[in-house]
Amino acid sequence: MLVPFWWMVATSVKPDDQLFVYPPEWIPRSVDFRHYARVLSVSNFGRYVLNSFILVVVHTLTYLALASVAGYAFARLRFPGRETLFIVLLATMMIPQQVTMIPVFLMIKGVPFFGGNDLYGEGGIGWMNSWWGLIVPSMVAPFGIFLMRQFFQTLPVELEDAGRIDGASEFAIFGQIMLPLAGPALVTLSLFSFDAGWSSFLWPLLITTTDEMRTIQLGLMIFRNQFLVEWGPAMAGATLATIPSILIFIAGQRYFVRGIAMTGLKG
Amino acid sequence: MLLIALFTIWPVVMALYLSLTNYDVLSRQDWVGFSNYQKLWNNELFWRSLENTAIYAFGTIPVRMAIALAVAVALNRSFRGRSILLSLYYVPVVTATVAIAIVWQEMYDPNYGAMNHILSLVGLPRIGWLGDPKWAMFSIILTSVWRNIGTSLVIFLAGLQGIPEQYYEAAQIDGAGRWHQFIHLTWPLLQPTTFFIFVTSTIAAFQVFEQVLVMTNGGPANATTTVVHQVYNTAFQSLQMGYASAMAFALFLVILSISMINVRLFRSDVQY
Repeated sequence: MLVPFWWMVATSVKPDDQLFVYPPEWIPRSVDFRHYARVLSVSNFGRYVLNSFILVVVHTLTYLALASVAGYAFARLRFPGRETLFIVLLATMMIPQQVTMIPVFLMIKGVPFFGGNDLYGEGGIGWMNSWWGLIVPSMVAPFGIFLMRQFFQTLPVELEDAGRIDGASEFAIFGQIMLPLAGPALVTLSLFSFDAGWSSFLWPLLITTTDEMRTIQLGLMIFRNQFLVEWGPAMAGATLATIPSILIFIAGQRYFVRGIAMTGLKG
Repeated sequence: MLLIALFTIWPVVMALYLSLTNYDVLSRQDWVGFSNYQKLWNNELFWRSLENTAIYAFGTIPVRMAIALAVAVALNRSFRGRSILLSLYYVPVVTATVAIAIVWQEMYDPNYGAMNHILSLVGLPRIGWLGDPKWAMFSIILTSVWRNIGTSLVIFLAGLQGIPEQYYEAAQIDGAGRWHQFIHLTWPLLQPTTFFIFVTSTIAAFQVFEQVLVMTNGGPANATTTVVHQVYNTAFQSLQMGYASAMAFALFLVILSISMINVRLFRSDVQY
């Protein structure tokens, strides 16, 4: 299973003269970090990492906020049309990203008053190639809302009732009773959010047009395309792009596994 | 909720509308009715990509599920190091597709890559992998299977752990061997889980894109282009957004029908 990873790391530290050798040497004869230096100096890799990092952090925070509030509302608050709305929500989860990406792209491009657009959203580029365009569309969170709703439903109703008897407002109930109990679910969601944000490729591909705004996966591909024959730097880049994901995974593996299982059974 | 309405429901409506026009970014929009769909029906490249996508799905799903199930059954008892093994299988899942695609692409290099080396170690002849139209899709399938075993594995494991121990004990008392237990006990009780994995995997498989773009960009000779890849090319390289929307919508309908067929096929209830 780990063979490709080994290959990636091994190739990234081999000096140039050992790269194109047949049969390939699985264990590098000498270790040289020159490729990493090359990656960082020649391309905007640092910037890509920063962009992805910002994207991930902002995405996770808003994702958690939206998902927990909406999930709680669906689970515990009573309002007309709640069930219907929930079914609609689930239905949207089934729509493939490809169907919505073109219209969303056009919508982003046509945002009024931004990026040189006039009132009708014409003339300029709207939210393209901007933080807004990058982050806002991915704030849609049916999966997160679904997860949080399932979770809140498992909490006993007595807790809420106790809060109400004591005269707490709905907000207080949510903030001081429910939310603190939601720790594991929130951690699970943050992990998923990190993973989604860090490996997001298609959307940044469509939305960003300058090198400054690229996120890491996109940057990696662009970088690879420039250095098609130079394996060393390409593998070094891939390693750099992969390390955070693996670290986060190792730190939170229990939650990953449990989170997938939780949705697997309830789905 | 507003956000969801804004970014999911409205775009679907808009996508439908777009698919009925001949919008390209440069000139203005004209309503062309269903002619986009007619053009699509006659478009050989589209059918080729659909065929490739189906091959991809048929290639990855059964293999991946079988391996995942076998490993899940093996890992179903607790033993030391089990969580490490589990994580090992799951690491590729959390690694970004792009990075994986790049690494595997180099492993597939016909001259210096690891894959041909492995082949030669067991005495098999070299293959052209990604450069060979006959093998390109297979290469992509192989990479995807490797990558996605983890998700199916985890869900199978969860499903397996939902089967009570007593059933197995009862079966053993009755003299059933391991294989027998599997076929008549585990497999039927696992049906809901299997169904879930199958349906979600199918939906995901039909949307394959990143590996194709990074590893082969649809080639060689369109051997690996998939529907989403075509949508991307049409919309963002040729800028024919209306036509591409029609394509995306067609894909949506295909996925929807396949999912419905799956639901019908698997509707048998399991008797306990």
